[in-house]
Parts: sequence; C-alpha cells; structure tokens
Amino acid sequence: MAAGATQVEHGHEHPEGVFHQFENIDQQNESYIVGMWTFLVTEVMFFGPLFLAYILYRWQFQEYFWRTHKLLNIWLGGANTLILLFSSFTMAMGVHFAMKKDSRRQIAFLGITALCGVAFLVIKLAFEWPSKFAHHLYPGPNFAWPPHDGYDQATLALLRDVPSGAAEMFFSLYFGITGLHGIHVLVGVLCIGTIIVMKFLKFPQVEPYIPTEMVGLYWHFVDLVWIFLYPLFYLMPR
Amino acid sequence: MLSLHLAQFNLPFQPEQASEFAKPYDDLFWATTGLTVFFTLVVVAMLTVFCIRYRHGRKADRSNQLTSHMMLEATWTVVPFVLGVFMFFWAAKLFVDQRVPPKDAMELYVIGKQWMWHIQHPNGVRENQQMHVPTGKPIKLIMISQDVIHSFFIPAFRIKQDVIPGRYTVQWFTATKPGKYAIFCAEYCGAKHSEMGGYVYVLSPAEYRAWLATGGEKVVAAKQTPVEIGKELWDRYRCQTCHVETDTVYGPSVHGLVGKTRKFTDGSSAVADREYIREAILDPYKRLNEGYGKTMPEYKGELNEEQVLALYEYIRSLGAPPTPSAPTVASASKSGSGGNL
Amino acid sequence: MSATVVGKAEVERPEPGPNYLTNGQTIASWLLTKDHKRIAMLYLISISVFFAIGGFAASLIRAELISPRGVMLESETYNRVFSLHGIVMVFFFLVPSIPATLGNFLVPMMVGARDLAFPRLNLLSWYIYVAGGILMILAMCMGGVDTGWTFYTPYSSLYSNSQVTLAVFAAFLAGFSSIFTGVNFIVTIHRMRAPGMTWFRLPLFVWAHYATSVIIILGTPVVAITLLMLFGERVLKLGFFSPELGGDPVLFQHLFWFYSHPAVYIMILPGMGVISELITCFSRRRIFGYEFVAFSTLAIAGLGFLVWGHHLFVSGQSMYQGMVFSIITFLVGVPSAIKVFNWATTIYKGSVRLQTPMLYALGFIGLFLIGGLTGLYLASMATDIMLTDTYFVVAHFHFVMVGGAVMAMMGGLHFWWPKITGRMYPDNWGKLSAAIIFIGFNLTFLPQFVVGYLGMPRRYHYYFLWPEFQPYHLLSTAGATVLAVGYLLPVCYLMWSLKYGKKAGDNPWGAKGLEWQTSSPPPTENFPVVPVVTEEAYNYDPELAEKEETLADKLEHGLEAKEDEK
Repeated sequence: MAAGATQVEHGHEHPEGVFHQFENIDQQNESYIVGMWTFLVTEVMFFGPLFLAYILYRWQFQEYFWRTHKLLNIWLGGANTLILLFSSFTMAMGVHFAMKKDSRRQIAFLGITALCGVAFLVIKLAFEWPSKFAHHLYPGPNFAWPPHDGYDQATLALLRDVPSGAAEMFFSLYFGITGLHGIHVLVGVLCIGTIIVMKFLKFPQVEPYIPTEMVGLYWHFVDLVWIFLYPLFYLMPR
Repeated sequence: MLSLHLAQFNLPFQPEQASEFAKPYDDLFWATTGLTVFFTLVVVAMLTVFCIRYRHGRKADRSNQLTSHMMLEATWTVVPFVLGVFMFFWAAKLFVDQRVPPKDAMELYVIGKQWMWHIQHPNGVRENQQMHVPTGKPIKLIMISQDVIHSFFIPAFRIKQDVIPGRYTVQWFTATKPGKYAIFCAEYCGAKHSEMGGYVYVLSPAEYRAWLATGGEKVVAAKQTPVEIGKELWDRYRCQTCHVETDTVYGPSVHGLVGKTRKFTDGSSAVADREYIREAILDPYKRLNEGYGKTMPEYKGELNEEQVLALYEYIRSLGAPPTPSAPTVASASKSGSGGNL
Repeated sequence: MSATVVGKAEVERPEPGPNYLTNGQTIASWLLTKDHKRIAMLYLISISVFFAIGGFAASLIRAELISPRGVMLESETYNRVFSLHGIVMVFFFLVPSIPATLGNFLVPMMVGARDLAFPRLNLLSWYIYVAGGILMILAMCMGGVDTGWTFYTPYSSLYSNSQVTLAVFAAFLAGFSSIFTGVNFIVTIHRMRAPGMTWFRLPLFVWAHYATSVIIILGTPVVAITLLMLFGERVLKLGFFSPELGGDPVLFQHLFWFYSHPAVYIMILPGMGVISELITCFSRRRIFGYEFVAFSTLAIAGLGFLVWGHHLFVSGQSMYQGMVFSIITFLVGVPSAIKVFNWATTIYKGSVRLQTPMLYALGFIGLFLIGGLTGLYLASMATDIMLTDTYFVVAHFHFVMVGGAVMAMMGGLHFWWPKITGRMYPDNWGKLSAAIIFIGFNLTFLPQFVVGYLGMPRRYHYYFLWPEFQPYHLLSTAGATVLAVGYLLPVCYLMWSLKYGKKAGDNPWGAKGLEWQTSSPPPTENFPVVPVVTEEAYNYDPELAEKEETLADKLEHGLEAKEDEK
C-alpha cells in the first residue's frame, strides 16, 4: 500500500451529470460558485483603476467636472438605473425559480432580465451617446469645446469658462467607464440568452440552477458598478 | 581599500567621489555590501557543511530530528527585521538630505529633450551636453523635459532624478573635487538614449568665475542674461498689450507676481510660483483668473521650456508695481536673477 | 505502515493501462484535451518557444555590448531587441512558466484530485496565451516595439512609432490567460482536496501556487486596464498619461508597477514552492518550520502589493510616499529570509543526495539570496538614487529571476521529468549542465553589479563616451555564452531521454507526495482510486533513508537497476 494514503473504494463511475473531476454534485456546485466569486474579484480590480483615475482627476478639476457633468442627461441615466435595479430583482427571481426547478417561470424572469439589459443598452447607445457624438463631445482629435448649441443658455454660459482639457478628461473617463460597463452588460445579456436557449433545447443538467446562479452573481455585480457610476457621473454635487 | 588596489589594474570598482554626498553614500553602500557578503557566506557555509556532513552514505548523527524551533525562527525573523529597519532610517535620512536643497543654493536650469541636455546658468551662459560648476557651493538643478521622461544622472556626485514633461523636478549637490565627470540620461527616451550623455566640469570657484565671464569654449556665449532674454520675448510676443503694471480689464498685472496668491474661476487659488507661471503661459485656461475670460492666447507649442524659464526670470525681476493702489506683494523678488555668486 | 519502497508495484495492477500520453494519439486529442497534464505539456512547448525567442534576443544584446559602438545593429534596432527580450521573458515566459507547466501538471495530483476544477477553462487559458503570443510575434515581425517592457508614457503613447498598440494588446491577452489559471488553482485548492488533505498537510508547492494565484487575480486586472488605457491614449488620444493631453505620466508608472511588482512575486513564489519540494526530498527530511514557510509565502504575497512605489523613488513622487514604500520593502524581505534559513536548516541531519535537482535547488538558494540582498540597496532610498536605472538593477533582477525562478524551473523539470515522461535522463549530464549554468550565470551577471555602480545606465546601446565599461561587458558576454551552452544541453539530453532514457518507475527519487504514488507517466485520471491522506507532508525518515538505494541512487552510482522494467 502506498504510504501516507489508504485506498477508498470509489471506483471510476460518478453520478450522472457530475463532471469527471468532481466527486459529487455538491463539490461541483460549490466549485462553480467559488469560481464565479473569484472571477468577480478580478472584475473589481479591473474597474478599480478607472475609478481611481476618476477620483484623481475629479480632485484636480472639481469645479470644471461639475460644470461639464451638466451635459449628461440625468433622466436617461436615472431610467437606466431603475431598469437595472428592476432587472436585478427579476434576475433574483429567475435564480429562485431555477432552484425550484420551475422552468417556465425561470425562463420568463430570465427573459425579462435580458430585455432590461437590452433596454439599458438601447437607451445608452441610441439616445445618450449619439447626442454626445452629434455635438462632437467625444475625446480625441475631433473634440469640440465649448459646445455652442444643443443645451440651454445658462448651461452654455457656465461651460464657456471650462478649459477644454478638463472637459475632455471628463468625457474620457465617462466614455471609458460607461463603455466598459456597457460591454459587461452586453456579455451578461448574451449569457442569459445562452441559458434560455439551453433550457429550450433541454440540455441535460443535474443542477440547472448553478449556471443561472453564476450569471445572477455576475449580473448583480454589473448592476452594482452602475450604482456607483450613476451618482459619480450624473449626480455630481458641487 | 580594495577598490584602490583594483584601480591599479585600471578596473575601477567605484566612481570618483566628487560631491559632498559621495562619501556618506559610499559608506552606506559598502555597509550594505558587508551585510550582503556576510549573510551570503553564512548561508553558503550552512549549505556546504550540511551537504557534505550529511551526504547519503556518510556516517553522521541523524537522531533527534528537529522540524521546528521557535527560538531559531524568532532569531532569523527578528534579526533581518531589525537590520532592515536600521538601514531604512539610515537611508531615509540620507535621502532627505539629498532631496531638500539649502535655501541659498545657486540655481541652474536643466532642460532635457530628445536627445540632448540644455543647461542654463543664472547669468545667461547656456551649454549643451555639458555643465560647468564650481566647487564648494550648493547647486540646485531645476529640471523639466520638453518631450518624454528623461533622467539626469551624475554618478560621481551620486545624484539622479527623473526629468519629466509638464512639471519641474529638483535635485541639488555640492561639488568637492575639480575634474571631468560623466553625465548620463538614465531613463529610456528613444533612439538616441545612449548618446544623450555628456560631462560635468567641476572648477574651482575662481576658475568658474573666469569661465563664466568669458563664456568658455564650446558654449553659447552669454550675450544675454535670462532676464534679458525674457524681456525680449515679452516684447516680441507683445505681452504688455494686456499685462501692464496694474490689473486691467484685459489682463492681471504680473508685477510682483511671484509669491502672490491668485484666485481662479473655479473657486480654488494658488500661490504664483514657477509651476504656476509656466502653466499660465502655456495653458492659461487650465486655471483662469477670477474676473477674466479666455482672452490670452495659449503658448503651448509656441514657446519651449527654455523660453518659459526666461520669461519666468523676467517676471520675477519685475518687482512690486510702482503705484501704491496696485496690489503689493509680501515677498518681492529678492533673489534676482543677476547670477551673482 | 511500510515506507515507500521504490520499484515494487504499489497497487496490484494487472497490466499497465493507457497513461495520459498514450490515451489518444491524434492531434485533435491534444488540441481539444481537457486533461490538465496534457495542457501542461502544451504550455511547456509554447513556453519553451518563447524562452528561445527571448534568449535569442538576449544573445543579440550581449553581442552588441561587447563593443562601445555596438557591433552590427543600429540603435533603433537594438532598442527593439531589448524591448522584445523584456516583454517576451516577462509576459510570455516568466509569469506563466512554473504555474502553467508544473503547476498545471502537479497541483491536482498533489491535492489528490483527478483534474483541476475547470478543465475547459484551463484549455481556454492556453489558447488565449497562444493568441497573445502570436500577436506578439506578429508585432515583432512588423518591426517590433522600442519602449522597453515597461511602456513608460508619454514615449509609448505619443512619441514611439513602433508596434506599441499590437504589443500592448498581446500582453493584455496574456494577462487573461494568467487570470484564468489563477481562478482555476484557487477553486481547486479550496474545494478539491482529497479526504484527509487538510491545509497544513498540503505540500508547500501547493501553498506557493495558492499565494501566486491570489496575486494573479488581484494584480493582473490592474495591468490589463492600464494597458487598455494606454491603448486608448495611443489610438483615441484619451489623455490619461501625457501632460500634453492633460494627464500625468507618473500615474502610468503607479498603475503599471501596482501589478508589475506583485508580478515578480508571481514569478518567484512558485519557484520557492519547487525548492521546498526538492530540498525535502533530497535531504529526506521534513521541512523545517512548515507553518513558517507557509505563512511567509502568504506574507510575501500580501506585502508584495504594498511596495510598488520603490520603482518610483526618483520619478517625482513625494519623499514621504517614498518612505512608506521603502520601509515596507524592507519588511517584505523578511519572509524571504525566513524561508532561506528554513530551507538550509532542513538539510541538517538529513540523508543528502546531490543529484541534479538538488544541485539546482542549492544554486537557487545561493543565487536568490544574492539577488534578494542586492534588493536591499534598491529598497534603501539613498542608495537607490545612484543605482536605479543602471545595470545594478539589471543584475539584481536577473539574479532573482534567472538565478532564482529559472533555476527553480530547471530543478523542478528535472525532478518531475520521470513522472511526466516515465523516463530518467542521464544524471551526469544533468549535473554538468547545472554546473555550467551556475558558472555562466555568475560570470554574466556579477560584473553587471559593478558596471552599474560605476554608472552605466540600462537600455544603453552605445557607451563609447565611457570605454572603461568595456571589460565588464566582455566578461558578461563571455558568461552569457557559457550560460547559453548550459541551457542548450538539457534540451539535448532531455529529448534524448524520451526515447532512450531508463524507464523511471513510479518513484525513482524515493519521494513523498501523492504524485509519486501513481504510475509514471500517470494515467489520465491520475489515481485509479482517490487517495485518503493520513500523514503529514514530507514524512521522510533520514535514518531509514540512509539504508535505502533508490533507482536514482543506483543510476548515479552507475549500477544497473534490477526491478524497474515495467
């Protein structure tokens, strides 16, 4: 017998649906959840430096950032916030029904969540961002500052004194962070879509709620990032 | 010492000691070396002795196996820790000495650009790729880059500091030994990074004065002091159109500006120093003076760092404005830029 | 319980079943494998390719430096060569090296599992690595990059007209490969240990990979986003890091080094894990101070995140910031010192075999020690002023990275080669190569300490204004030539051993550890039955070991092994 270890009759078969490297379904489920949490840690570190850059440059340009932020549409941003908050609720419901193995309700709630994600992206990409592009308010060689139209006179007057460097930095950060966040929302929508499709095709799964729970964790994280973004960019106090 | 013996073979082991920093620096360096050698020998001895003594096949006492011993662990935790803290304080103190220039230091401007160094003396003498300095006097280098990050490094003085764009950095030294020593650029800056070196010539004070007066060979003869150059630029760019002795609706006065506090449109304020004045010339809208709009042209790309420094010197030479009604300043420019030694 | 006696079959296996190498012999079975051992081999091949590329660049550098005016390259080309050397060696060799090869192969076996937690993620991480590697080679073929592996702004974002964008993106991809490996290890070590395998029975190799993985997941995303910001600045003129665009070049340095300093611990900790395995096996002794070594590993990982500013002492950060970084840098050296002393004491009263892996381990301890101690000069703020950005730093990091990490990888490769391939290599050639590497390495890098202190800055192509540096460069290049020979020899005899080497048997070294309880090469599922662990790690008995002759001992003494043919 090998020193330091005794034999345990386990054989080579394992329960159906459990992947070959795992001993039992519990180990498999736990592993996937721990894996997703670990991945979310990397996501925190990924967004972190952008938030740090935001803090540093806002500290440098306090007044000018406040004036520039007035160009953002707090109503559209607010709508997006409500949409994402609601979608987190529907996502949680989706996970709940997945655990109860209620496929129909699971698919329904996941579907609503995905639709919310799409709505978020539509508002951002079809309404918010194009208005910025139309006024050449994106950073780069074509940045046009100060804006001459498209906003009310009071705002325009305020913006005249803002140095273009400060405004461009604001928009660099704005597009950078919300763009990265938008990509994450898109990825989330695609993952939810994949789960729905797999359910329709009746992919055999022993514990089907695990993928849903994993995507749920990811979705809540993406929502959380937005909860930070919205006040920092749209609701900046003076 | 060992280095002297080896120097006989023309194989130098340490650079010349040509500044007041060099000896304290080398003391710390060789102390660290002693520590390094000592611990290396200790560990190598342990490994050698144990590997030989306990080699498979050799009779030795292998009973009473020990796999933990708190005192031993404590010792080799605490001793390195204590040594480290001690070295930290020694080195930090030396660092602070090296980074805080004395108030009466003579100022020299150093501008780095791809791929050469411009040095400017207070009386206007300009040099490229070389620097003449006197012994015995603290010299403060005020440095900035025209483009990418460089680093101004003189091994014989044991000094080095990165030279960055957009911001002035400072280092200082007091040269002690006449001679010719190497200057290097020590931060990779592109194709000719390794050709961006030169020499610093340390002269006795008398020799230095003589050199300065005649402008030396291979240097741009000092036809003008920085103040004069600054005035010329001032006139050429017609700054007096908006900046006169008192504040007007076109522009604030720059008389007695150095040391004065300016208030900006975003509510913040700053004391007008070299950094601020540079920014105000190159990028005036970054912090706009309260009460003014965007009327001043931006000189970024139009004036280089040398010219900015000359304008600063000129502005510094403009004392408090003559009329009492104009804002006065507490610390008028006393240390004029006449380049007096 | 009987001690492990090599040569006897541990389990009554009727006949040798397929092992992981023979189980499926098509290209597809390799390229679509989920077996961590095969993925480890895929990594080994690709990492060796990049080591060769980086090594070739190094030979060009050393060739150029023998003359103050260079030999055959223009400065523009030389700058691209040293940048390639750095980028390839750091991102495509050192960071993945031990974790992706030995780690992938051994971590599941050492914890008693059949595979990592996420085998397909493991394969994906290899493909991402290869994709990044191909982009890097493409960048090299399209002219290369001349910013140095550190990509300092504003040179890299606004001034350089080389393939910065492509190279940055390649490094970005390599980072994700690393992250996925890290996630895999963390979950495996937390959740898939065999029954009885408590944390404190784990081999220190596993502790090392756990700590490394924590650094990976916390640090790598930061460099990923930094590189993305650099990409944005270069392509879209977003102004984060260039004063001309309103940004701050020192911010780039802070963000870059926030990852890149912990990255060096990613490179060394797995090597330290290997050394713990080698020293214990070849002294036949339990590790001295197991908990101290384990906690020191975690301490290095933790403290390593707090010292990045020691790369910025002369960069324009404030004195007070510098002091904080300096004192913590001194602190982070303490756990490494603890480990070195623990390893040395492990040998005391052992039963020492000086076979090839042990020679690498001993070399590691000496060279890593020198490398770490020369770090003290750089941690000291005052001495750093003079030495930073000179060849002193170059020598320092090569001592820890090459004299440390690469030696550890060589030692580990030689130790686990029989397990991986089922074959022994000729130990004499192994020892000869180890000696050549040791001599060549010292000859290459010791003169660089001196020439750095004399003032020779790094990344210099020419030094014709200061020809007194030349003797040191001549010594260094001579050493590099010897070193190159030392690295080429193992390629030859290891390849030779695949066909002609003696069959190794389950445990030719007489080592403890779960990986040695299964066949060499192991079967795809690692263990026919899942082991239950009842003993502490490194449960060696040197007095007993004195009386034993393992297969390796026999081969060393030139005696034929009798009972090894399986």
